Amino acid sequence: MDTVPQLQRQFVEYTTSLYREGYLDDQFSQLQKLQDESNPDFVVEVVSLFFEDSEKLLNNLTAALHQENIDYKQVDAHVHQFKGSSSSIGAQRVKNVCVVFRNYCEEKNLDGCMVCLQQAKNEYILVRNKLEALFNLEQQILQAGGSVPMMV
Amino acid sequence: MGVIAVSDASLHVLAVDDNNLVRKLIERLLKTFSYNVTAVDSGTKALEFLGLQDVEKLQSSSSEQCHPEVKVNLIIKDYCMPGMTGFELLRKIKKSTSLKDIPVVIMSSENVPSRINRCLEEGAEEFFLKPVRLSDVDKLKPYLSKNKRKTTNEEDCVSNDKSRARYHDVEERQTFPED
Repeated sequence: MDTVPQLQRQFVEYTTSLYREGYLDDQFSQLQKLQDESNPDFVVEVVSLFFEDSEKLLNNLTAALHQENIDYKQVDAHVHQFKGSSSSIGAQRVKNVCVVFRNYCEEKNLDGCMVCLQQAKNEYILVRNKLEALFNLEQQILQAGGSVPMMV
Repeated sequence: MGVIAVSDASLHVLAVDDNNLVRKLIERLLKTFSYNVTAVDSGTKALEFLGLQDVEKLQSSSSEQCHPEVKVNLIIKDYCMPGMTGFELLRKIKKSTSLKDIPVVIMSSENVPSRINRCLEEGAEEFFLKPVRLSDVDKLKPYLSKNKRKTTNEEDCVSNDKSRARYHDVEERQTFPED
């Protein structure tokens, strides 16, 4: 069983790597600043909302791109939402895929859209796994009686 | 009975965005500054909340509905929304004699100068790029305290003549640069 200092060090290293590898950007740290004693679960709540929304959006996108007559405006509307959500929590790589995705929607480029859809799914799953691991580490620290380090 | 200080808790912000994550974020940001917040997901709901159910009917009728349930001190809304866009909502608010003095702030995920200028020309006080941050909400303070002082004196409805004059002003500004 890891000690609190070890867990805390793991947490700091893991968080730093997420920023370094571009999974998260500064917006995520903005979210952390909004968490306090009166809103102790703010980050988890917002991220959970993001997970729910993303899954719905990805399903909608898959359905929309498998129609006989594709409504690219509708596809774009979904991507726009996805871009908004991902940028709100700092999920940078997901957001970047959405930017490219929107361009393909504008061009009505089906191949491009399909590639982006797959990339969006991949990046979403990656960031979801990373965030879940991060929250897990936080829980371990708290359960071991320690406090979660503030990432400035 | 002692003197009750007017705290920021009595200031009410209406936030309009069709994305629920953004609404949650904006709500939290605003509550950090102790503002009361109502978040709605469309321009239509925003107008309902502001007590402006049917703008067209309002402008032609002699009596004006200007008693919304809650006094709103600032409106912050997204530019891109399905149905009524943020820009259309801005125009409707600025056309309404009871609402035109409420400061409006527009948010957008896209940095398009012509869009920004158009909103500012139509009367928006500020334009924030999304995602909105604490430092952005900090910029809202002067609009909220200034408005607060104004509203304590201007509780009454404006008369009909003035509303007609205002409508003419808006008509003159019908043409604006295309994107």
